[in-house]
Amino acid sequence: MPQWLRPFALLVALFTVGAKADDELPKVLVADPYIELHTGPGRGYPVFHVIERGREVEIVKRRTDWFQVRTDRGIEGWVPREQMIATLAPTGEPLDLDEPARENYMSRRWQGGITAGDFGGASEISIFGGYAFSDNLSIELTVTHILGEFSNGYSATLGLIHVFVPEWRASPYFTLGTGIIYTDPKSTLVRTEDRTDQIGYVGGGIQLYLTRRFMLRTEYRSNVVFTSRNDNEEVDEWKYLGFAFFF
Amino acid sequence: MEVFRLRVLFLIALAATTLPGCALFRGDGEAASTSEGIEAPAGDSTGSLPQDRPIIEPQVERREIRRARIDTEDFEIGAYFGVLSIEDFESNTVYGARLAYHITEDFFIEGTVGQSKAGRTSYETLSGSAALLTDDERRYTYYALSLGWNALPGEVFIGKNRAYNSAFYIVAGIGSTSFGGDDRFTVNGGFGYRILPTDWLAVHFDVRDHVFDIDLLGKKKIVNNLEAHLGLSIFF
Repeated sequence: MPQWLRPFALLVALFTVGAKADDELPKVLVADPYIELHTGPGRGYPVFHVIERGREVEIVKRRTDWFQVRTDRGIEGWVPREQMIATLAPTGEPLDLDEPARENYMSRRWQGGITAGDFGGASEISIFGGYAFSDNLSIELTVTHILGEFSNGYSATLGLIHVFVPEWRASPYFTLGTGIIYTDPKSTLVRTEDRTDQIGYVGGGIQLYLTRRFMLRTEYRSNVVFTSRNDNEEVDEWKYLGFAFFF
Repeated sequence: MEVFRLRVLFLIALAATTLPGCALFRGDGEAASTSEGIEAPAGDSTGSLPQDRPIIEPQVERREIRRARIDTEDFEIGAYFGVLSIEDFESNTVYGARLAYHITEDFFIEGTVGQSKAGRTSYETLSGSAALLTDDERRYTYYALSLGWNALPGEVFIGKNRAYNSAFYIVAGIGSTSFGGDDRFTVNGGFGYRILPTDWLAVHFDVRDHVFDIDLLGKKKIVNNLEAHLGLSIFF
């Protein structure tokens, strides 16, 4: 085996070992009159096999809302979540699957997403991730890349978010936080000085529950950059559109 | 002005901390009232009828109930290699890494990081004059955060007995390109085709366009940098 192939071989070995290690796959009993096995994890893939009520199948893996199951004869196929719900665990209880749906939207804990916007005239791209303590209150970390005409920069902020009426589909929220901002003026300008400053913000936004586990959001932040100069800098920040999901 | 701002900040902070607190109190109150409601009659019955205990104490062995641990494979990690045409600066090899998360069977989000190196402009080659950019400035790196849609999922057949799952997908997103000593806001879009030889391995062919504003050659203009690459990725 050539030297450069070794890492790949190791990777393959790792995966095959991983597959062998979990011999104990979860088993379920078919409770519907029958379940259909599709050739792939998608609604369009053809049904090639049917398992009738009372038979036991192993769940090999899950991809999005599809489950790969294996029959006692070794036939593997994909079953949609709607049919898996009708199967029973060996205890005789319906299978407990965590389902990303409207009813779980309220009990979500982790969420993340991307937003695009405007930071005082410059374009910005943000990634955020948050954890909710309660229905109303959550903490969120945002990392932003600011791309401007005269300077580029990064900011990392940690903030609290208070959602006023979390059960509304479009729920307004209030946010408050602090962090750091690094500014790198473009070399063509006279005053070229990299700086790292503290930044604080208050803001508000609207989060719209779209469907399943998706959300859209839009946000405004009024930032104060605590510079080392005499005056603090005030920057309006609009996160025009964001795409978020929870898990 | 400063004082006013600080006051607003303080009031808002106060509101943010107390409002959720109020919500918590309400929840506690409800829980307390329901638990009292259950306990009260139970206490009464045991108090008045102590002889009411069952003759046989059933010894029920509790079955240990565990939530089925199902291996979820919604993430995809991989690498790619291809050609990037950098407007005015020739075409060159590009390589990168890709991480994707499949949200549903239709949609996925993906992050890519890629690197290439710009060649010489026609002007530099013809005039033989000094180079426009230093070697360091010719390094071209980008990242992109995109949303993808599996527009045409399907199967491909090789011979009579082999069928592989596949999908033609459309991707669009935003990101940044670092080139010519500057970072630039970049919009990217394109399409790709994915074939899965096994359930956990995917082969990709992708075409992307990276669009951004540049003023390197004196005048600001929009450039389109087309990229075509072949990639391999693993679901985990």
